[in-house]
Amino acid sequence: MSGSTSAVGPVRVEARGWGWRHAGRLRWALDGIDLRIAPGERVLLLGPSGSGKSSLLHALAGVHGGDDEGEERGSLLIDGARAGGARGRAGLVLQDPDSQVILARVGDDVAFGCENLGVPRDETWQRVAEALDAVGLDLPLDHPTSALSGGQKQRLALAGALAMRPGLLLLDEPTANLDPSGVAEVRAAVARVLDRTGATFVVVEHRVDVWVDLVDRVVALGSDGRLLADGPPDEVLERHREALLAAGVWVPGAPLPIERRADAAGSRSAQAILVGEQLAVGRRRGAVVRAGLDVALAEGCSTVLTGPNGVGKSTLALTLGGLLEPLGGRVAASAPLAGRLVPEPIRWRSRDLLTRIGTVFQEPEHQFVASTVRAEVAVAPHALRLSGAEGSARADEVLTRLRLDHLAGANPFTLSGGEQRRLSVAAVLVARPRVIILDEPTFGQDRATWLELVRLLRELVDDGVTLLAVTHDAAFGEVLGDRRLDLVASDDAAASAPTGSAQ
Amino acid sequence: MVSSAPRLRFVDRVNPVTRLAALVVLTTPLLLTVDWLSAAVALGIELVLFALAGVTPKLLVARTWPILVSAPIAGLSMLLYGQPEGTEYWSLWLARITDGSIELAVAVTVRVLAIGLPAALLFLRVDPTELADGLAQIAHLPARFVLGALGATRLVGLFVEDWRAMGLSRRARGIGDHGVIRRVATMAFALLVLAIRRGSKLATAMEARGFGSDTPRTWARVSTVGGSDAALLAIAAAVAALSIAVAVWAGTFNPVWS
Repeated sequence: MSGSTSAVGPVRVEARGWGWRHAGRLRWALDGIDLRIAPGERVLLLGPSGSGKSSLLHALAGVHGGDDEGEERGSLLIDGARAGGARGRAGLVLQDPDSQVILARVGDDVAFGCENLGVPRDETWQRVAEALDAVGLDLPLDHPTSALSGGQKQRLALAGALAMRPGLLLLDEPTANLDPSGVAEVRAAVARVLDRTGATFVVVEHRVDVWVDLVDRVVALGSDGRLLADGPPDEVLERHREALLAAGVWVPGAPLPIERRADAAGSRSAQAILVGEQLAVGRRRGAVVRAGLDVALAEGCSTVLTGPNGVGKSTLALTLGGLLEPLGGRVAASAPLAGRLVPEPIRWRSRDLLTRIGTVFQEPEHQFVASTVRAEVAVAPHALRLSGAEGSARADEVLTRLRLDHLAGANPFTLSGGEQRRLSVAAVLVARPRVIILDEPTFGQDRATWLELVRLLRELVDDGVTLLAVTHDAAFGEVLGDRRLDLVASDDAAASAPTGSAQ
Repeated sequence: MVSSAPRLRFVDRVNPVTRLAALVVLTTPLLLTVDWLSAAVALGIELVLFALAGVTPKLLVARTWPILVSAPIAGLSMLLYGQPEGTEYWSLWLARITDGSIELAVAVTVRVLAIGLPAALLFLRVDPTELADGLAQIAHLPARFVLGALGATRLVGLFVEDWRAMGLSRRARGIGDHGVIRRVATMAFALLVLAIRRGSKLATAMEARGFGSDTPRTWARVSTVGGSDAALLAIAAAVAALSIAVAVWAGTFNPVWS
């Protein structure tokens, strides 16, 4: 960076027989890791979920809390000194954009790391300006951090790490929670930062295609917690392709062994099961996000709802699902769906909604209500007042189907991201709703979970369930996009109605 | 919250920590006596000063209505159940309205206003970051504690979103027909779990930026005190002294220890 006289150079990383075990577990998540990363080298770290990739990154950044989080063995060195001993040598960007914003204003947030390192005030603000410039965040210093998009928040976190002038930049699935434009933003910012600083770089990510052009080495961990492969990207991806695919890694160019629904064309004549007429949607009264929407869900079809961030896709889905009250117009269910009830889903009782429209939330943790996986799945049968035998039969069936039976006694909050997603789907499926609405069901999922989920949803649609999925995932749309609703930005008034619904 | 509050003359130039100190200086003497006159004098001066600082009647009502509503309620309870004294005007079972209880009711109502209004109005526009800077740099509270608390304030906005989403999910899960109390109780527990998880993620993010190391910290933003701060403290002391003095002179001074 220009004017960065005190900048430290890129660092050397060395692991010797390093291992990590999470607190309370018997198995070492990582073990016997021998790894040398030269100064300025750029590494993509791959491995199945739960293989301890994040633990390695956290240990390099020195943020492993202490004995209550787990224990390590072997040695992990940065420029010959114990990792974590010298603060500020490594900068870490985490997965969740919301959890890394520390302060209320952009400038203060970036300055936070410098303050902690004892950087003098004038130099701090100079570094803040440089860091914001490097990540391409052209915003006033007092811009509220709460008003940033996901991609901007990740770039802010990158700037915050960068201002500490780290010789090692560590990214832990930095784009898993972002839409495609956010992913592109963050990737471009990282590329620029690396060109300017020459820092040593390690990124953990199962979406290989995002980073493969930026790195010069791929290190893959196996499910046994040991090194599986190490070498130039093309070589590793080619030679260990099957093992990587089995580990859930999105190997670029690998075809997805799942086809588009065959009868998609035949279902075009389907009846509408749920319609929105001149719908105005919003989370709260008086806060209309979109108005004048006319949408229809075709019975027995799978519909994907796409569009840029903040355009009201989730809000529309929740409104169609009978969870949010329409702020204008109305949502009406077809007579077969409503049955003996009034047509407006928002006026149905919660219990009546269960067998008609099931909603899977974007954040699985928002919908968990019980203390074990089994109890979580039993919530709906209980609410439906099914007999004990019938209820447990159904619960067992979905638990087996979603490979959660071995976790029946676990607390939902302790599951991995993929397991949580499967549980959130299982808890909805158990009530056998005729319509299922999902909000970004594939966000951040590895390839194995993705395939499993998409196959399951396909089977459901083949069995006659109507599906609506809010998604940015093009591959998901390829398989399950019988119909497409594309919600365009609302300032484009002429096109305020979703396109594609009439086809 | 901060951005929607209107600017005030003079008060906005005072360090938030000084405002806190001024509030203590102003209201502590008012807590030591229970008479209507001292509180009335203080309230009168306060209203004039805040009007000069730019607090319009509309703003006053908009920002302090909980206090404006609760003060008469506090007074009403005194009116009915306060220590009976002098002529009795009305009674029903335990409730008795007397000369003494009327005086007490007025005193309590005015006192709640005299203490509550400045508390609300002095902090109309307090930026949490600025307050934290002041607490750490001026009041010299431990930086770790202050910054930890500051980081946590940012999570409140996320909790509001979490709460809303959890409410919708309860309906989707078929348990939205339960009574409000039961639903709120289960959601409160779930929010607690989420709060702990969000908190630990935030702690990791802060640690990754060098927070909690032994290196002496610098401050990117200077928190200063100056003439305005001294002036506000002087005004607070003067208002307190004057209101007590008037009460003593008029013979209404009635300390809580008597």
